[in-house]
Amino acid sequence: MAENGKPKLALYWAASCGGCEISVLAIHEKILDVAEAFDIVFWPCVMDFKVSDVEALEDGEIDVCLFNGAIRTDENAHMAHLLRRKSKVMVAYGSCAMEGCMPGLANFYDRERIMQFVYHDSPSTDNPDGVEPQTRTEVPEGELTLPGFWNTVRTLDQIVPVEYFIPGCPPEAKWTEAAINAIISGELPPPGSVIGMDVTVCDECPRERSEKKITRFYRPYEIIPDPDICLLDQGLFCAGIATRAGCGALCPQVNMGCRGCYGPNEGVVDGGARLISAIASVIDAKTPEEIDAVLDTLPDPAGYFYRFTLARSLMERTRLERQNGHKVARPLEEVPRLDPALKE
Amino acid sequence: MPKQDYSELNPLWGDRGPVIVGFLCNWCSYRAADLAGTSRFGYPATLRDIRIMCTGRFDPTFAIKALRDGADGILIMGCHPGQCHYQEGNYKAMRRVALLRRTLAQLGVHPDRIQLAWASAAEGTTFTQTVMRMTETIAKLGPLQWRDTVSDLAPRTPAPEAEEVSHG
Ligand code: SF4
Ligand code: SF4
Ligand code: SF4
Repeated sequence: MAENGKPKLALYWAASCGGCEISVLAIHEKILDVAEAFDIVFWPCVMDFKVSDVEALEDGEIDVCLFNGAIRTDENAHMAHLLRRKSKVMVAYGSCAMEGCMPGLANFYDRERIMQFVYHDSPSTDNPDGVEPQTRTEVPEGELTLPGFWNTVRTLDQIVPVEYFIPGCPPEAKWTEAAINAIISGELPPPGSVIGMDVTVCDECPRERSEKKITRFYRPYEIIPDPDICLLDQGLFCAGIATRAGCGALCPQVNMGCRGCYGPNEGVVDGGARLISAIASVIDAKTPEEIDAVLDTLPDPAGYFYRFTLARSLMERTRLERQNGHKVARPLEEVPRLDPALKE
Repeated sequence: MPKQDYSELNPLWGDRGPVIVGFLCNWCSYRAADLAGTSRFGYPATLRDIRIMCTGRFDPTFAIKALRDGADGILIMGCHPGQCHYQEGNYKAMRRVALLRRTLAQLGVHPDRIQLAWASAAEGTTFTQTVMRMTETIAKLGPLQWRDTVSDLAPRTPAPEAEEVSHG
């Protein structure tokens, strides 16, 4: 605690989009309570702090660290280790830190293929000299360094121990508030807990459900869904059946199937596997040919099922193989291409 | 059966052989396996079979966990379509396995590593032939070694805290 008796709070972003930072502010005027209750010692998105400010703290001096973003560079990992050491309670805030989320989709590829696409092949790239970022570059003024970029995006708890998880991309304000209140009052759940609900998005969804029998899937642009009937019943992919509740079923309420940003509901080991089970169960087909015909209308199943959870899944990423001493993704034992836009 | 040298089919095997985790339903396929045993039909020692009540109980998590933890293939066997002890279980398995194969293919697991087959309680030879066929397929594909090929905690992570890393 600081001399003023307030607990110390740190907020940090690693491989993140910034949405989680904004979501902290979505608690509106409650943010004043936060400023009132906590001594904010590090929040680079909002206030001018330096890493050296954190390094100068005693180990365990920070009471709570809300850490958003996944781990994909040496710098992300360094900050995760540093903040872990300085913090009593580490919170994986948001889907990126908890499950890998969008950055985790990079685990379908590997460093080499990502560099190749971003610095050479993408249609908007203008890089006639073929320059690629280097971890060390000599310039007349001295040596410049950049953090190394990983093959595999990791979740926060794959890198350092984490006490609490707040799901969502980004978390809904009421859960941020609940977490902050719990911290202020000291009434925290047991370490390892997810701060949120146990049931699924379907339990919060007002749409009318019947026994599902799907003979084909539709992409969102292909049909205008009935506003009152379950989207999955209408053939629109909805991950709500296997996604943790807590958002109030935001997406289905605006005619968009849940994408699964809260991750799997309580007790599920692998979100993708749970979705495979759930989606397979609603398909109305009994022969291999019929089943294939229905599944042909659901392109990119791994993308649907592991959209937010690939980095945290049991498989963690696509297959890697060593080539010339480097590990490169070998997605293919001669299987369908992931993305025709990615040249090899 | 004499010990098989799988490295003839794929040199990556060295002196080990494929590991196939089998999920066999209580009412048909597990009994077919029993029959194969009591009839002393020979088949490769590649299958580690697990009895489940019905293929409808087969959860894709089982397969994914087994593959992650070292299995080279997954064989799910149940009653013939129309003969499920619980009416619909094997149809459900058909859909799950089809979707599982497509999903894992995108992660770099050849779909032939996951197979679904039927054998009634009287079909001991169907069971042994299925295991033989699948063993050959997997032997040609080579070892999956998921953990070894995937574990990739960036080697340049600052070293001192390395022991904190819990996932590989
Ligand atoms: S969880 Fe979502 S909102 Fe938060 S940083 Fe990640 S992508 Fe952005
Ligand atoms: S629309 Fe989605 S969330 Fe709502 S009931 Fe149907 S499956 Fe569940
Ligand atoms: S409906 Fe699904 S994707 Fe949308 S906010 Fe809720 S959990 Fe996230």
